[in-house]
Amino acid sequence: MTQWEIVVGLEVHAQLSTQTKIFSGASTAFGADPNTQACAVDLALPGVLPVLNRGAVERAIRLGLAIGAPINRRSVFARKNYFYPDLPKGYQISQMDEPIVQGGSLLISTASGEKLIRITRAHLEEDAGKSLHGEAPGLTGIDLNRAGVPLLEIVSEPDLRSAAEAVAYARTLHNLVMWLDICDGNMQEGSFRCDANVSVRPVGSTTLGTRCEIKNLNSFRFLERAIDYEARRQIELLEEGNRIRQETRLYDADKDETRTMRSKEDAFDYRYFPDPDLLPVVISDAWIARTEADMPELPWRLRARLVAQYGLSDYDAGILTSVRVMAEYFEQMVLASGGAAKQCANWMTGELLAALNRNELAFSANPISAGQLGLLILRVQDGTVSGKLGKTVFEALWQGEGSVDEIIAARGLRQVSDSGAISAMIAEVLAKFPAQVAEYRAGKEKMLGFLVGQVMKASQGKANPQQLNEMLIEQLGRPSHPD
Amino acid sequence: MSLNLQDVQRVAKLARIAVSDDEAQAYQQQINGIFALVTAMQAVDTEGVAPMAHAQDVHQRLREDLVTEYNRRTVFQALAPQAAEGLYFVPQVID
Repeated sequence: MTQWEIVVGLEVHAQLSTQTKIFSGASTAFGADPNTQACAVDLALPGVLPVLNRGAVERAIRLGLAIGAPINRRSVFARKNYFYPDLPKGYQISQMDEPIVQGGSLLISTASGEKLIRITRAHLEEDAGKSLHGEAPGLTGIDLNRAGVPLLEIVSEPDLRSAAEAVAYARTLHNLVMWLDICDGNMQEGSFRCDANVSVRPVGSTTLGTRCEIKNLNSFRFLERAIDYEARRQIELLEEGNRIRQETRLYDADKDETRTMRSKEDAFDYRYFPDPDLLPVVISDAWIARTEADMPELPWRLRARLVAQYGLSDYDAGILTSVRVMAEYFEQMVLASGGAAKQCANWMTGELLAALNRNELAFSANPISAGQLGLLILRVQDGTVSGKLGKTVFEALWQGEGSVDEIIAARGLRQVSDSGAISAMIAEVLAKFPAQVAEYRAGKEKMLGFLVGQVMKASQGKANPQQLNEMLIEQLGRPSHPD
Repeated sequence: MSLNLQDVQRVAKLARIAVSDDEAQAYQQQINGIFALVTAMQAVDTEGVAPMAHAQDVHQRLREDLVTEYNRRTVFQALAPQAAEGLYFVPQVID
């Protein structure tokens, strides 16, 4: 039986986080009343001319620098012609032969290790408006607020070999565009959309099979399921001796299947040609240098630095660098904790992320400041509170009960390290449990745990555990060994 | 290069223009006349010559990313054949 290999390339449309549209000064804010953010240029009224937004070009340059791609010093816009009511000009302004970003690559983590995925190109284009069906019988409603919103289309080479790899790539890119502040990454609002080119071929073959393009993938789960479904469909067809027809397919999430949207036979002839309304864009070396100077430390470099500088595991460093605000929080927290980096990483990936998940909050909605959480680590480290009661302080911080020191004072959580007080508690417990003391002294060492627990209970959890242990053993005397 | 009648009808379809058979024949002649001119121009050796985007050596000016256009929906929708509840309405489009 033939073993099949899945071959996937992704086209991602990232909506750029500019204030205004790519060719007009209308706002791009999401959720406005229909057509209140569609100006004369977006409506394609006669005589209007597009003027390119510097912010959109700058964001494309940022992506190009992050993926190590050459930035074309001269870049050209082209018209892609087709008719649809939500595209009033009758063409979309896009880029064809000379995109801003050409090349580059992205390193992804897969089940079998790291893998470099080549990127073909990233070009700027404008989004279309929205068609609303079913608003009135026999009519289609048009909202042009989205018309002219800047998109960066990022096209990968067909280097992905499974649905899981495609998802890993999409997630890495999703993190990157948010890290670079060029896209808000909101998939529900359509700010990050994927199309997948899927084909299959016998393992060992070096030629590509006929591909189908799947559109409408607006979540990582749908991306994975659609590729799995589509690969199975193609393999079944081939095993039955049929051929694959090159076509565009739509993923239907309700039925978990893909279906034909349009076939190659009635393929669009987009008649691309350079847009005479727009001159070539020239990007100077100085502009690129300025942009580079303004770039944040890239996530994979920061991850390596967290491992090298703080001795974190690569796994923890990976979690902490999945979102930029998280990495920044971590480093601020380490400072506030007096350099207890590993404890900070443990508390962040443990208590803090668990609490955020429980409350279904994004990291940016975290109610505890890095300074306060770092201070709590410091208080645990210096013995002011025990590690166990530190968790009580954490809960109180989360509930907004005040600062770390206020909570420790108000709730009386300060750890007891006064040997006189601990000694008194030990004497009390030894008097209360003579049978257990005798058993311990007769050689039953397990009884020590019971007695430690009783003293800890008597201290309401506040006794310094190490000190308690040492003092208890001393006061009990050595157990005798029968043999 | 020259177009046959089928090509003319295909271009007309792409441009969403209804063209009768008689018109198509007339357009075929006119378009092929233009192609003859293009053929003459293509005889020129342009090897190593960069395509010219503008008669002067200028490039695209860029706009700062600042909102300069505000809501004028009422004015714009007064021009539309059909609009209601903030939407423009067109005959139903079936995908």
